[in-house]
Amino acid sequence: MSSDELQWISVCEADELSPLLGVRALLDQQQIALFNVKGELYAIDAIDPFTDAAVLSRGIVGDIKNQVVVASPIYKQHFSLASGICLEDESVSVKTYPVREKDGKIQLGKKC
Amino acid sequence: MSSEKIVVVGNGMVGHKLIDNLIQHEEADQFELITFSEEPRLAYDRVQLSSYFAGASAEDLMMTSESYYQENGVNYILNDKVIEVKVAENKVITASGREESYDKLVLATGSFPFVPPIPGKDQDHCLVYRTIEDLEAMTASAKESKIGVVVGGGLLGLEAANALKNLGLEVHVVEFAPRLMAVQLDEGGGELLRKKITDLGVSIHTSKNTKEIVAGESSRYRMNFADGEYLETDMVLFSAGIRPQDELARQCGLQMGERGGIVINNYCQTSVDNIYAVGECALWDGKIYGLVAPGYTMAKVAVSHISGGDQEFKGADMSTKLKLLGVDVASIGDAQGRTPGCLSFVYQDGVNEVYKRIIISEDKTRLLGAVLVGEVEAYGTLQQMCVNEMDLPENPEALIIPSIDGDEGAGGVGVDALPDSAHICTCHDVTKGQICSAVQDGASTIGDIKASTRAGTGCGGCVALATQVMNCELSKLGVEVNTDICEHFAHTRQEIYHIVRVEKIKTFDELLEKHGKGMGCDICKPTIGSILASCWNDYVLKEEHAALQDTNDYFMANMQKNGTYSIVPRIAAGEITPEKLIVLGQVAKEYKLYTKITGGQRIDLFGAQQHELPLIWKELIDAGFETGHAYGKSVRTVKSCVGSTWCRYGVLDSVGMAIHIEDRYKGLRSPHKLKFAVSGCTRECAEAQSKDIGVIATENGWSLYVCGNGGMKPRHADLFASGLDDQMLITLIDRILMFYIRTADRLQRTSVWMDNLDGGLEYLKDVVIRDSLKVCSELESDMAHIVSTYQCEWKTTVEDPDKLKRFRTFVNSNEKDNTVVFVEERKQIRPANKDELVRFVESAEPELV
Repeated sequence: MSSDELQWISVCEADELSPLLGVRALLDQQQIALFNVKGELYAIDAIDPFTDAAVLSRGIVGDIKNQVVVASPIYKQHFSLASGICLEDESVSVKTYPVREKDGKIQLGKKC
Repeated sequence: MSSEKIVVVGNGMVGHKLIDNLIQHEEADQFELITFSEEPRLAYDRVQLSSYFAGASAEDLMMTSESYYQENGVNYILNDKVIEVKVAENKVITASGREESYDKLVLATGSFPFVPPIPGKDQDHCLVYRTIEDLEAMTASAKESKIGVVVGGGLLGLEAANALKNLGLEVHVVEFAPRLMAVQLDEGGGELLRKKITDLGVSIHTSKNTKEIVAGESSRYRMNFADGEYLETDMVLFSAGIRPQDELARQCGLQMGERGGIVINNYCQTSVDNIYAVGECALWDGKIYGLVAPGYTMAKVAVSHISGGDQEFKGADMSTKLKLLGVDVASIGDAQGRTPGCLSFVYQDGVNEVYKRIIISEDKTRLLGAVLVGEVEAYGTLQQMCVNEMDLPENPEALIIPSIDGDEGAGGVGVDALPDSAHICTCHDVTKGQICSAVQDGASTIGDIKASTRAGTGCGGCVALATQVMNCELSKLGVEVNTDICEHFAHTRQEIYHIVRVEKIKTFDELLEKHGKGMGCDICKPTIGSILASCWNDYVLKEEHAALQDTNDYFMANMQKNGTYSIVPRIAAGEITPEKLIVLGQVAKEYKLYTKITGGQRIDLFGAQQHELPLIWKELIDAGFETGHAYGKSVRTVKSCVGSTWCRYGVLDSVGMAIHIEDRYKGLRSPHKLKFAVSGCTRECAEAQSKDIGVIATENGWSLYVCGNGGMKPRHADLFASGLDDQMLITLIDRILMFYIRTADRLQRTSVWMDNLDGGLEYLKDVVIRDSLKVCSELESDMAHIVSTYQCEWKTTVEDPDKLKRFRTFVNSNEKDNTVVFVEERKQIRPANKDELVRFVESAEPELV
């Protein structure tokens, strides 16, 4: 599937996504956590699969063994922002979403 | 094999130890155990008996419990004395007429205090010092007495003198011999001990032979001595040594020593094969051992023989180290130099009142004994050298001459030189080899060593030595304990703190660039955020600090399991006006929050979503509340009782002091949370002794307790200083807190921090009270800076529209978080559990279709 088939939905101004501070967006009732890590944008499910609470946008962002991760604020598991895989338990992962900055807006990609 | 029935007569320390060894034995199920005690309770710690007067209860002294015996199938009969043994029938008979047969019989009947045959010794207020009941009698007698005399200047006698002194009596010690502790000390040591004890206000009368105790003139009794002198007193406490309790053995015809004691062989068997004797009632090689450690060894030997083993008792080291009336005293081996041809070195320091003497063999190769009074640091080394017959260093005098700074006490013997068989812990019979193998199996802290080998858990005297052995073995194994806080910084928290201060680093990025690598993580970021806050006290949500904070610090509320937050406004010292109480109720009602009173005398409001936090705080701030910092690793609350303002018993204004303290330290960021309390009198209703900082009012001013905590591993706080006025109290707290913040590890509570300080409580006192590091003025000015730059983070936040944007639940929608679902319980909300959530979704689905 090429990116042409994605429909890009603007969710906020680019300057509303501060470096390393996640925010939460709602897209078709999906809660999505957005991050800006050194200019690189990431989007993953906001719901922590270990607790079913929508908290991942509120975790601390950093790197563990060269992977960019967010730590769940509840029980501190780390999720790779690029792949969504949990570092402590690779059988658990969260969905990732296409995200980009265009014309000063942060946009999430949605399949048509 | 059918089970073997073992009857143990006497349940003192040694009797219990024997039973415990049988319970722990791999063939424990082969034994049927019965024990008899004439006392009303099971074994308790007689060695620690004097702590009864320091506030320990009979309960605290217990070494076992009825439930432990029940769980392990041990039959125990209290308050019933065995009065007869029918050797031919293998049976015992008790005073109440109970008969019990045995396969093996163990006599652990102990000893009784020797009371010299002095006319008048059997009157009221003439007591002995041996059992908990004796202590109760002493306490009762002391209430009706002003003067107390202890007959006997040995180890137990001096301990008893201390007890009488603590009970508030004028105390005299009367000793038959020409010096104190005649068994353990030589003349020089005895003299110094006498001087020190006299200085403490206890009168010592040596070479006194009491002739009779008659009615007194100014006091209840008069003791007349053989030399014509006399002493008036209200009570007499006999502590003139012990005698083996061997009446039962004598009656059944076992072989006895000339002056008493049940004769045993190397297997602890008496003259009848299936009867054993252990502890103070047993006579081995013509000797009675009046210490607990040899008794424990006998118990072990007897258990070994009963179960077919071949361990032997080969005598025991009678070295002792103890504190008598606050004076350190130690005696090792041949302390009096009785070995023919022996030589000795003496070190005497009249200024600091220290006496040390070592006795060495004629050929100058072996240490035979030592006496230490006033300073006993060398005890561990000397005792090991003596017991293990190690080679003496070239200059043996160096063993007792204090090392000059920079000079590594030339004669000091490293633990490395000890053989594996060296006994480190004599209470639990733990050797150096056992400690080393525990380290090889992964133990790396003294706590691990205590748990796996039990070394150091008896009298505690060997902890320092055991630690040295452990450290030595650790470094031999090449174990380097990694204290880096995470992969991004190769430093401890303490090192990072110093770097931040010295280089005046103000941001995480600056620190990472200069001293770290990578991007940081959820370990180093909050730690460094806290250090930056402790040092510079910036607003935590400043752009450059915001991403360092845990969600609790970032949203300034406590995240709960469903992603909502709880809010705790500050209610300093638990004092709140009715008006403010009503506001809390109104806000909780308006935002449908669950309310609960916390353990710290505050009110917690649960169930707020992130976008509601600023709205709620706006209302709270308008009503005069400020943040309670319940979310931070910082000062939480100062709990208090109402104190002298209301309470009939209150001595000082505890609420006033608690409010003052809470206001002073509120918001202070630290390595871990800090909890304080102030009690208005020694009834201690505020439970200050379970806090990091506990303050208790006394008639002489405030007492300060430090480094206690509740929680998972409760720890009583230690008394740090007493008789303090308001200002001195605050000064000491300033210094302690700042020193903790500077030097503690990440997430290390004050208790663990202090335990890990080399020198513990005493070291902390040196630094904080005596300013040994010359840092006190710096600590105080650091604290003054933090106190003067305090701001309520929530007030700063609600006044800044930019910051408020961060609290939006969604950047692109005003909808609420649909994962947050509450149900009602006891008329309040609570988060729905998983089952309830599933039901909720199922019942909602048809509407979506």
